[in-house]
Amino acid sequence: MMEKMIFGRYVPAHSLIHRMDPRSKLMIIFLFVCIVFIANNSLTYGLLAIYTLGMISLSKVPFRFIISGLKPVLWLVLFTLLLHLFLTKEGELLFQAGWFSIYEEGLRQGIFISLRFFLLILMTSILTLTTTPIEITDGLESLLHPLNKVKFPVHELALMMSISLRFIPTLMQETDKIMKAQTARGVDFSSGPIKDRVKAIIPLLIPLFVNSFKRAEELATAMEARGYRGGEGRTKYRQLSWGLKDTSMLIFLGILTALLVLFRT
Amino acid sequence: MDISLQKVEYRYQANTPFERLAIIDVSIDIPSGTFLAIIGHTGSGKSTVLQHLNALLKPTAGKVVIGDKEVTADKKQKNLKDIRQKVGIVFQFPEHQLFEETVEKDICFGPMNFGVSMEEAQRRAKVAIKQVGLSEEILSKSPFDLSGGQMRRVAIAGVLAMEPDVIVLDEPTAGLDPRGRKEIMDMFHALHKERELSTVLVTHSMEDASKYADHIVIMQKGEVYKKGTPEEIFSSPEGLMQLGLDVPEVVRFQKKIEETFHIKFSQTCLTAELLTEEIALLLKGGEQK
Repeated sequence: MMEKMIFGRYVPAHSLIHRMDPRSKLMIIFLFVCIVFIANNSLTYGLLAIYTLGMISLSKVPFRFIISGLKPVLWLVLFTLLLHLFLTKEGELLFQAGWFSIYEEGLRQGIFISLRFFLLILMTSILTLTTTPIEITDGLESLLHPLNKVKFPVHELALMMSISLRFIPTLMQETDKIMKAQTARGVDFSSGPIKDRVKAIIPLLIPLFVNSFKRAEELATAMEARGYRGGEGRTKYRQLSWGLKDTSMLIFLGILTALLVLFRT
Repeated sequence: MDISLQKVEYRYQANTPFERLAIIDVSIDIPSGTFLAIIGHTGSGKSTVLQHLNALLKPTAGKVVIGDKEVTADKKQKNLKDIRQKVGIVFQFPEHQLFEETVEKDICFGPMNFGVSMEEAQRRAKVAIKQVGLSEEILSKSPFDLSGGQMRRVAIAGVLAMEPDVIVLDEPTAGLDPRGRKEIMDMFHALHKERELSTVLVTHSMEDASKYADHIVIMQKGEVYKKGTPEEIFSSPEGLMQLGLDVPEVVRFQKKIEETFHIKFSQTCLTAELLTEEIALLLKGGEQK
């Protein structure tokens, strides 16, 4: 299961989306997160869905792969759906069996909100799938640069982000490795009563923590040994370049926003 | 307990862009009591093979027979615990798996998972800690207060205390000093003989393989490149050298003598003692002429 997770993973390719400036991608994601809330009927949600699917196909990452990687999150989406289905008691009554009832508004909201949630996850996955962690942090650092004036530690924040992103796959691999080692010692992670399964987490978590602390210390030493002393006066090897494609993608998103505003009810 | 791999294939992350063929068409027989060494470069698939030996991985094609149990791609396996108790794996850097408050508890963890009583587990812990060359006092310490080498031994003791029939070692001596390496390998060899275990050793070290194993499998790019007894494997070292694999020093030395003096020894010697005898014999023979 672990090896199928796609959070924070980068799929190398040469698609349009891959070649975009990370700054424009970050801006698009940020704007997308905002405009998702404009949609409030089938047409506007449809537009959003089409846009998202379009971005996926432009990124050339196989759709099936994204879906299978998001399986753990699909449960969360489903949970959202059910929550709304059961708890919203507005509109027409659609179905009733004893204490259990489903209302029209509940169904509508459930579908819309879980769809919204799902689209957000898809878009952010596209960002991480097509942008290396380094690019993301470079982009963020550059976008947040003005905040330096108010003494906001932009560089440190970017560094923290890139380190945590960088170590997600490592941690996943390590989890997998320790799970295997403990499985070989007779731990059963995947079946048995819930009490035993919770207990089974301990032999996994403790080694993970111990190793993470060790790794953090090693990393700090390695960085200092190579002369790292914060962001001041630090030059950049990778230069960001804003191109026509970035501008046009932003304009395109602007058009989508206009359409959403136009068609919302 | 016999283990046999039959035309095993394994793909990591099948059906994703990261899909990678790790091993293909691997057939290896490990009859009870064998000491088998699996050798290969990093990425040759040896660790993948190893994880099939107690059903941590299920083959994507072919089948693995462990004792009377069969593991194949499409079969849902229940009760893998039996297999895991009988096949103990010492992973690479096993010290990473320690987690308990005391060494004793950590060693007892494995056996108790397999339903052994607390008293019996503690008895086994005492035996195991001595087997790995540590004193009983260490049992009450925290595993995180120990040195790297001691942690390694404690982790190994944790697997030994499960009293497996087959013991699988993934580079058990990586990162240890030469003395530690020799002690640990000698210990495994002694155990192998004493308890009539089957032992599978995955290693980079040709020296260890030739010294301890009675069968060697050489993996190359996910396939079995060659298998046989150490004598068979090292009798034609040229192929191995072409693969960039190390050949034991003794064998290299013997080859050098044979080339320099245009002679051929009657056998491929795997230990310095044997080679010395051969050379002595040759010299005596020379005098008689």
